[in-house]
Amino acid sequence: MTTITFKSVKKRYQKTPVVHGVDAQIQSGEFVVILGPSGCGKSTLLRMIAGLEEISDGEILIGDTVVNKLEPRERGCAMVFQNYALYPHMTVRKNIGYALKVAGVPKLEREDRVMKVAQSVSLETYLDRLPGQLSGGQRQRVAMARAMVREPKVFLFDEPFSNLDAKLRVAMRSEVRRLHRDLGVTSVFVTHDQTEAMTLADRLIIMNAGRVEQIGRPSDVYHNPASRFVADFIGSPAMNLIEGQFDAKGAFNHGKGGRLSTESGLALAGRKITLGVRPEAVRRAQAGSNGAVAAVVDYVEELGASRLIYADADGSRLIAVDNGTGHLPSGTKLHFTFSEQDVHLFGEDGRRIETHASAARMAAHANKTINA
Amino acid sequence: MIERSRIFDIVTYMVMALGVIVVVLPFWITIVAGSQSLAEVSRVPIVLWPSSHLWDNLAEAWTRADLGPKLLNSMIMAVGVTVAKISLASISAFSIVFFNFRGRMICFWLIFATLMLPLEVRIVPTYSIAANALMPFQVILDTLGITGLVETLSGLRIDMEWNLLNSYPGLILPLVATATGTFLYRQFFMTIPDELVEASKMDGSGPLRFFWDVLLPLSRTNMVALATILFVSTWNQYLWPLLITTDRQHFGTAVMQLKSLIPALNGTQDWNVTMAGALIIMLPPLLVVALMQRWFVRGLISSDK
Repeated sequence: MTTITFKSVKKRYQKTPVVHGVDAQIQSGEFVVILGPSGCGKSTLLRMIAGLEEISDGEILIGDTVVNKLEPRERGCAMVFQNYALYPHMTVRKNIGYALKVAGVPKLEREDRVMKVAQSVSLETYLDRLPGQLSGGQRQRVAMARAMVREPKVFLFDEPFSNLDAKLRVAMRSEVRRLHRDLGVTSVFVTHDQTEAMTLADRLIIMNAGRVEQIGRPSDVYHNPASRFVADFIGSPAMNLIEGQFDAKGAFNHGKGGRLSTESGLALAGRKITLGVRPEAVRRAQAGSNGAVAAVVDYVEELGASRLIYADADGSRLIAVDNGTGHLPSGTKLHFTFSEQDVHLFGEDGRRIETHASAARMAAHANKTINA
Repeated sequence: MIERSRIFDIVTYMVMALGVIVVVLPFWITIVAGSQSLAEVSRVPIVLWPSSHLWDNLAEAWTRADLGPKLLNSMIMAVGVTVAKISLASISAFSIVFFNFRGRMICFWLIFATLMLPLEVRIVPTYSIAANALMPFQVILDTLGITGLVETLSGLRIDMEWNLLNSYPGLILPLVATATGTFLYRQFFMTIPDELVEASKMDGSGPLRFFWDVLLPLSRTNMVALATILFVSTWNQYLWPLLITTDRQHFGTAVMQLKSLIPALNGTQDWNVTMAGALIIMLPPLLVVALMQRWFVRGLISSDK
């Protein structure tokens, strides 16, 4: 089957580097999502696989073949574009069948394959319409059918759902999942929407400013972010990130005289550290209980099932997920606590610092996934 | 602008009516004069109501100006120029818009500059090239000394000549070489989204296939608009056919023949025949515009994408 291998792949436009050397391997049949903010080089990377952008440096292999010098049609990839990119003057039938026509597939076989693919995305009643007469979701399905009909070795998706409304996006997401399960074709999907990424991906490649920040399964990325950027980018609401320093006793000093006592800080005394903890891991606590942090409520966001408390802990912003009810006017003084295991530490360079506690959590998580 | 006032309505209708009269009156006079007998057309004051001699006058004009073959010549010239110009324009705009090569902008501006040089300005050099289309090559070979070299080596003298006078290529080719079409096509091709190009690359079609399967069908309305304009303007060409054809008998065009229908100073003043001839000669462009009108307007406002 088909793997995709990146060997220190770089991309420059004139002199400006946009992708700074990507090394990664995508397994055969895997669904990989490249996630990152806009301008991080994720689409460029995808277009380099497709052959729409030249590779400035390094190599991309599809299967065992180096594809750097191959034309797009010789690479066996099919691509779904953000703006559908359907041929406006061709009917749905002709749009889907165009690649086969170019490849010289005889008319009867072509009709047959177009019909089959159209059925799999439930488009068979729209075959004689023009793209202009279809809704956004239908057009996107035509685009997917057009990609599928060639039976490619690799599917490439370039932010295909960003023009659809929220509800349709969810529906298309499950459709893509189903198609991937049925076809089992290696797929690369680019998006800046983390929900889309987390729900679709077997593995995530998270990029920032032309570099890979982390590669891993969605749950790994969520539970063990490899860098401050990933911690901040993945998860909604974003992780609480508190800047500060450990003192000689192992307490974390931050903001305007705030202190957090942790066990893990001893070895890190004196270094500038970012301490991260997910809002979901922050709990309300009784005043005076061990390790509780005092904070003043700023405002509360009601989400229905739960609510988010935005609070100020001695000058540092703290967000907590709270299941309680009852009115919390701003200015209310509350106490919060979180367990040692839920703390992530990041050094000055933004990379993760492993501690005993985080290692223990990682082991626990690994156990859980193995048992599951 | 929507105004709901009776006086305003009346004023606009009057302005429109005036415009219609200004445009239609010459046509009307042509039709009227073309349908009158010699006696009627010479009467003073002129009668502005058609008479019954239209058919006789048409027949007379047809034979006197030998319009059958001349209309055919005009048709060959107009269709030839239209087809050649559209092919040239679309393919050159294609290369300028979709390919990234050195000197691309220079090519574009060179083509664009020809817009500023209408045929009338370059008519003398154009004529001398038409007289011998290979002359530029001859001059190059002569100045480089290659002619002399070949002559001393082999005893053969290079003397190239390709005379375009009194021929269809001579009528057509010099009119093909202008930028209007290229410019129009360039503007249209620039509106084609990049993703469409990329999608066709992914579908495995090469550049020419993309041109043929996607670009040309998409530019259909533009093509019709351009064809209409080109056909009419070529049909109405007078100066160039006059220069290039010394053999009026075989290569004269219909518009040139109109001249021969104008009565001589001391001859019979049969303007009725002249007008009937004019009617015949302006019929083909009129038909083309009438038939293409729907497409033509759509192509110029170009919202059909």
